[in-house]
This record gives sequence, structure tokens and C-alpha cells, in this order.
Amino acid sequence: MPVIHRAIPALRRLRLSNTAFQQQSRLQPRPAQVLRPASQIVQLRHQHNNTEKAEASTSAGGADHSPQEQPDRPQSKIKYTSESYPNLKRDSRFKEVTADDVKFFRGLLGEGSAVLDGVTQKTGEEDFEAYNADWMRKYRGQCRLVLKPETTEHVSKILKYCNDNLLAVTPQGGNTGLVGGSVPVFDEIVLSLSKLNTVRSFDDVSGVLVADAGVILQQADDYVAQHNHIFPLDLGAKGTCQIGANVATNAGGLRLLRYGSMHGNILGLEVVLPDGTVMDDLGTLRKNNTGYDLKQLFIGAEGTIGVITAISILCPQRSPAVNVAYFGLESYEKVQEAFKEAKKQLSEILSAFELMDHQSQDLYRQASGAKLPLENDYPFYCLIETSGSNTDHDSEKLNNFLEHVMGEEIVQDGVVAQDETQLQSLWACREGISEAGQHFGGVYKYDLSIPLGQLYDLVIETRERFQKNGLMGDSDDFPVKEVIGYGHMGDSNLHLNVATRRYDKEVEKAIEPWVYEWVSKRNGSISAEHGLGLAKKEFIGYSRSETMIALMKGVKGLYDPNGIMNPYKYI
Amino acid sequence: MSKLRILVPVKRVIDYAVKPRVNKAQTAVETNGVKHSMNPFDELSIEEAVRLRERKKQPVEDILAFSAGPAKSQDILRTAMAMGADRGIHVVEEKTELEPLSVAKLLQKVAEQEKSNLIILGKQSIDDDANQTGQMLAGLLNWPQATQASKVEIENDECTVTREVDGGVETLKAKLPMIITTDLRLNEPRYASLPNIMKAKKKPLEKKTLADFGVSSEKRLKTLKVEEPAARQGGGKVDDVDGMIGKLKELGAI
Ligand SMILES: Cc1cc2nc3c(=O)[nH]c(=O)nc-3n(C[C@H](O)[C@H](O)[C@H](O)COP(=O)(O)OP(=O)(O)OC[C@H]3O[C@@H](n4cnc5c(N)ncnc54)[C@H](O)[C@@H]3O)c2cc1C
Repeated sequence: MPVIHRAIPALRRLRLSNTAFQQQSRLQPRPAQVLRPASQIVQLRHQHNNTEKAEASTSAGGADHSPQEQPDRPQSKIKYTSESYPNLKRDSRFKEVTADDVKFFRGLLGEGSAVLDGVTQKTGEEDFEAYNADWMRKYRGQCRLVLKPETTEHVSKILKYCNDNLLAVTPQGGNTGLVGGSVPVFDEIVLSLSKLNTVRSFDDVSGVLVADAGVILQQADDYVAQHNHIFPLDLGAKGTCQIGANVATNAGGLRLLRYGSMHGNILGLEVVLPDGTVMDDLGTLRKNNTGYDLKQLFIGAEGTIGVITAISILCPQRSPAVNVAYFGLESYEKVQEAFKEAKKQLSEILSAFELMDHQSQDLYRQASGAKLPLENDYPFYCLIETSGSNTDHDSEKLNNFLEHVMGEEIVQDGVVAQDETQLQSLWACREGISEAGQHFGGVYKYDLSIPLGQLYDLVIETRERFQKNGLMGDSDDFPVKEVIGYGHMGDSNLHLNVATRRYDKEVEKAIEPWVYEWVSKRNGSISAEHGLGLAKKEFIGYSRSETMIALMKGVKGLYDPNGIMNPYKYI
Repeated sequence: MSKLRILVPVKRVIDYAVKPRVNKAQTAVETNGVKHSMNPFDELSIEEAVRLRERKKQPVEDILAFSAGPAKSQDILRTAMAMGADRGIHVVEEKTELEPLSVAKLLQKVAEQEKSNLIILGKQSIDDDANQTGQMLAGLLNWPQATQASKVEIENDECTVTREVDGGVETLKAKLPMIITTDLRLNEPRYASLPNIMKAKKKPLEKKTLADFGVSSEKRLKTLKVEEPAARQGGGKVDDVDGMIGKLKELGAI
């Protein structure tokens, strides 16, 4: 058999996605991207120079994001966070960076690209944009110094110096965070982990990966994939976000249902504390009951008590047999039934159960130009993924399940991916929603944990609110285009997005803090997986009691007495 | 006007999203434990056959999916039937990878037995990239052929086929019976829907052997060696703009 070459199928995928891109390029030309398959749309968008994005936001948290951009003037500047949050004042205890400080850092990190210096050099503001502005183009800091350490020792010396000199620091990974936590508010030094990016070891017997914090999630997964393992986390931003930051945000993502949370999978961490102390807890043991499990504190701390420099994580065996099905259902009750059946019949091979309402799929269709998998419209859709070790075994289970849910009319219609490309196109229907949400101007994003039975009620009530208050409609006269609900059904995690045509203070007022009260009344969480950062700072009280917040402050004071770590954020 | 009896051969190949690896002995590509799917060009063929039926210009009496290969090829035939083929024939051949001529001879026999008057094939299968079966079959049957179709219209026994050629398109016309091979732009294959997957399980699938058609699996070609393309030389990283300019100068690029 001659050598196989795969140019043709690649071309075909390209063509399949062509329709999508023609549509898109009409809206905004982006020549370089016209040549990518649809499945990569999501990935590609994680770039700062993303021109189409207008004001887009997660919860705006009482901030004044007054009209700063029109969709047709895409390149205009993002407002400084200090302007949108006039109540935030720079803490005068913190020193401003001086030429002497820069000299110290240069002495430590060298004259190369590890120091981006706008203090002693005439480095333009644009060069700092990638570090100052967040992925949603909503938050913008004013840092003039970026440090990119290459070793843990570098990080230790940097933090010790900053702590001694009261210089504030914002740790930064891939800067894809959705709550404004990863960018400075004022002139904090950005400590980028991007050069700390080596895999230290992988043991293919235990599946334990030990790697630097700055390794990009996709690279970590590719690395363990060579050894038939899988990184136990997957999310839309995987091409850009870093594994250390994934731990720092306790990211959830698409496969939490199967592989569990960071709190279980992280076996060890290496963390540098603000005073330069290196906490070497980079163990590879699954069991270690010897006192307080301190590493847990850093999982989800969002860079407020130390900098994670390396992680040790348990990676499961990669499943050779993966199947994806996409269903149309007639009610949320049926969605719950389907979930129950999936757990019952697919049990150990079920690896994702994602919910998408009709509005979210319609918005995805409008934004991407993609054709939806089913011929008819349904009020709800689900995406189910199975991962197992034996194709025949999985197929049999999946077939029985499919026959059952069709036969019992739990699902109305559905498709099953017959090959890898179809599998990716089905996933794109889910992963592309996030992007679609902000495609038409802006978006208010709420990432909530709600008991399953009530999860969709919130979307219905939110939609009713906007219908009644006259803010939502089909024409440009209305700021709100659509209210969509989707998310990780398997984890009771709803993403409620209000897709808008433009920023309008009234929209925000109509939904905040109402949405947080709603969630709080049902004992839900106001941030299921994105964290608090700056965006949810004011609302922590809806999910945590006074006592809990006081205890958290105690921890912060203990580890970071000078408060130099990621200041002005949630704590 | 005759009724269309369409024959569509489909082949089970390594999924085109999977990166193929050469086996240790360098005799073939590793297929063990690797995801397989329908050859993408064959998906286009099935889709086109189903669309011909849906367009209702010339009635379609039968869409027959055919595959020769190991037992697992049945999965591909079921997919074809879920997409809309009426039935399937599977020639079970576990041991040998059939050469295009053997497949063409099989198809010739099937077409004669089944009174097919239209055969839609993929222009090539992505594992051996031979691009021969359709043409050989046209020769054996002595039928007109239009390869690499990007558009197909059939009315009053007359086929109009548009094919993409270098720098433009060519439009051909011929009377049935006819051989057509499909190219990328022909259509966008549908997903197999759940109800249709269920229905496909009940559609007839006949198992046959090479002997049933008097065709042998004898090979006329011998594979001497299979090699991966030379590994790409890794790029270097420059530290900053000055470094880049230096490097470009060094390479004589500026
Ligand atoms: C399209 C898209 C889809 C997403 N999907 C999901 C999803 O499904 N689930 C989910 O949970 N999130 C999701 N996110 C949010 C985001 O990708 C995650 O929060 C991710 O973990 C952030 O990684 P990052 O490298 O970009 O970190 P950054 O955004 O750079 O930083 C995030 C926070 O961590 C801190 N930090 C970074 N590195 C370190 C370190 N080494 N030590 C200490 N603190 C540090 C920063 O200060 C900041 O507070 C998504 C984002 C996008 C854009």
C-alpha cells in the first residue's frame, strides 16, 4: 500500500465549512481564517486582535461600561477598568515601578524578551495590550512592566523583591479568563507564566504528569495523548489557556462529569508564596493523609495567595472509542429523563452530557452560518459523548440507549456522528455558542450552579423579564437580541447568556442583582466554574456566608500579608 | 424513461481525521485499534444517490450499497443504509486488500446481476489513493463515464455531469447506463439520523464471497516498502524583533 496522504479529506472538511465562512466573511472579512475547518472556529477566536468583538462582558458588576464601541468600529479602544469601576481606587501603599526596579528584574531575567519594559523604554501601549486587555475586551489595566520568568527560582526572587518593595503583581496565564481576574486593574506588574513551559515527567504506569504551570492545555493533552492518556480537563479555550491557570481557576469544562474536578485530580503543586518561599508539594501520591492539604487552597484561588509554578496531575487512560450523539427534545422534562437514562444505560462510558436550548442553537446558526444537524427545530437539544475502551461494547450500549430513548419518545430526533469530522461538527454546535453569544454586539454571561430540576426555569424567567420590560426584540431598536441557556447539564451548570446588540445600562439593571438573588434562593452558586475575579467581586455574598468570607480573608492575610497578589479582585 | 437502479460501492478506511502511522515492518499502515469510517468520497456518492431520489426528476427504484472487505465493513454498509440506501451486499474478504481491478470485476458482476443502470463511485479511496476503480469498471462494462463530478443532473435517461478541471468546469452529457465518480464539491453528506439508523438495521444485507462472483483476490502488485514522509525540521525560536531581523539577514531573506 502506498503512503497515505491526507490532503484530500482536509480539503473536503474545508469545503464543508465553507458555507459557514462565506457567511462570516461577509460580516467581517478575516482572510487568514477562511481556510480553517469549522471545528476550529472556537479555537481560533481566542486571540486578542479579534476585531469583531464589541463590548462583551460577563456580569458587569455594577460597573459603568458605557458605550465604548460600536460593532462597526471594531478596532476602537477598550475602556480602562479604572474608568468603568470609578469606585476602585489605586492602593497608595503600592509603590510605582521605577527604573531601579526594572534594573533588578533585568539583572535577574536578562536583557532579552523576558522583560517587557514600558517604564524606562519607549515601549508603546499597543505592546502591552495583550497583557492589559482581557479576552472579552472588557477589562483593561495600565501595566507598564511584564515579567516572564523561566524558572521557579526566578518566580521566587521576583515575588520576594515585589513583596519587600510593595510592588503589586498580577499572575497571568493564557489570559482567557472570563471574569477579569487575569489582567491588572491599575499598574500591577504582570507576571506571565508563558516561558515556564516544560513537561517535567510523565509516568505511563500511574498516569501522573508533572509539568510547569505555563504549559498550554492543548500541548499538555497532546503530550499525554502520545502515551494514550488524556488530560482530565477540556474546554473551548484549550489552545491558549495554561494548565497552571486552569488549576488557579479550578476550571471545570466539558469532561468534568467523567473525570471529576481539579480538587480530585491534582496530586501536587509547586507554589511560590508572596515572600518568595517555595512550597514544594509536588507529590505524585494519590493518598497522603498527613495534616492539612494545603495545595487545595491554591486550586481556585485565582492568583490571590501565591503563584503556581508546577502541577502534578493524574491523567486517565485515553479512550480509543469515542461516540457523539446529538438529540432534539420537546421539553426540559424530557431532557432530564434523557439524562437519567444516559446515566443508567451508559453509566461508565458517559463522558459528557451537554444541554443547548433552541435559542442557543439558532444563535449559533446565525453567527456561524453552519447548518444544524437536525432537519426540524426542537425546544431543546443535548449532546452526549461516550468514551470507552472497546468499540463493540460501547456501540452495543449506545445502540440500546438510542433505541430506548427513541422508542419511549424521550427524544424526538437525533443524529450519531459516523466519523471524526461529524463528531467535531457536532461538538462545534455546543462549543460555538460562547462565541455566538457575543457575535452581535455584546453579551452578559452568567455561569451558575443550580439544582437540576430548576435549572432551566431561570432562562424562562429571564426571557420573560426582557419581554415584559421591552428591552428584547427582533429589530435594532431593542438592545437585547436573545436570551440563551446552555451548559454542562451533567454538572448542574447553566450558562445563561443575554446576547445584546449593544451595551445598555438598562439591560444590566434588569438582570443584576436579580439573577444572583434567584440563584441564592435556590442554594445555587453564582459562579460554577469561571471564578469571581473582578466581575463577580461584589456578589460573593450571594454564595458565601459572612463567616466563610471572613475565613477566606484570614487565609489571604496569612499567605499574603502585604496584599500584593492580584489586588482589587474578589478578596 | 427507465427507473434508476443505482449501485454505490463504499469502502471502510482509516478515518481521515486520524493520523496514519506506518507499521514496524514498514509494509503497510497500522490499522489495528485505529478508528475506521466510510471513505469520504463514498459518503458523497451515497448522498448523491439519495438526492437523486429526493429530486424526483427520474424515479429511483433501488439504491444498492456494496462493500468488499472484512466483517467490520458491515458498519459502513449500515451507515450507507441509514443515509438512505435500500439494501446492501457485503463481499467478505478478511485476508487480502483487494486491488482496484478485482473490485472493478466484482462490481461488473454485481451491476450485471442487479441490472444497475447508474454506478456512483468515489473518485478514489483515501487509503490507497488509487483513483482507478471507476475507470476500470467503465472499461469492463463499456459504459460512458464522467469522473470527478461536482454536479449531477439526470432527466429522461440523460445524465448531465459537471466536473471541475484545471482552471474551470467541463460539462458532459451521456445516456444511461453511466458511471460517475464523485469529487469534493458535489454535495454535503447528511448525518445519519436516529430513526434512520434504526430502520437501517432492518434493511436487507446480503453476505457473499469472492467465489460467488468468480473473482480472485490475487494481487498483481507487490508493496515493497511504506515510509513516512521525512520529518519536518523543527523551527527555531527567536527572542525578540532584533533576533528575528538578525536571523532573516543570516538567511539572506532581507
Ligand atoms: C471560549 C472559552 C471557553 C471557556 N470554557 C470554559 C469552561 O468550559 N470551563 C471553565 O471553567 N472555564 C472556561 N473558560 C474560562 C478560562 O478559559 C479558564 O478560566 C482558564 O482556566 C483560564 O486559563 P488562562 O491560562 O487563560 O488563565 P488567565 O485568564 O491568564 O488567568 C486566570 C486567573 O488565574 C490566575 N493565574 C494564572 N496563572 C496563574 C498561576 N500560575 N498561579 C496563580 N494564579 C494564576 C490569574 O491571575 C487569573 O486570576 C473559557 C474561556 C473561553 C475564552
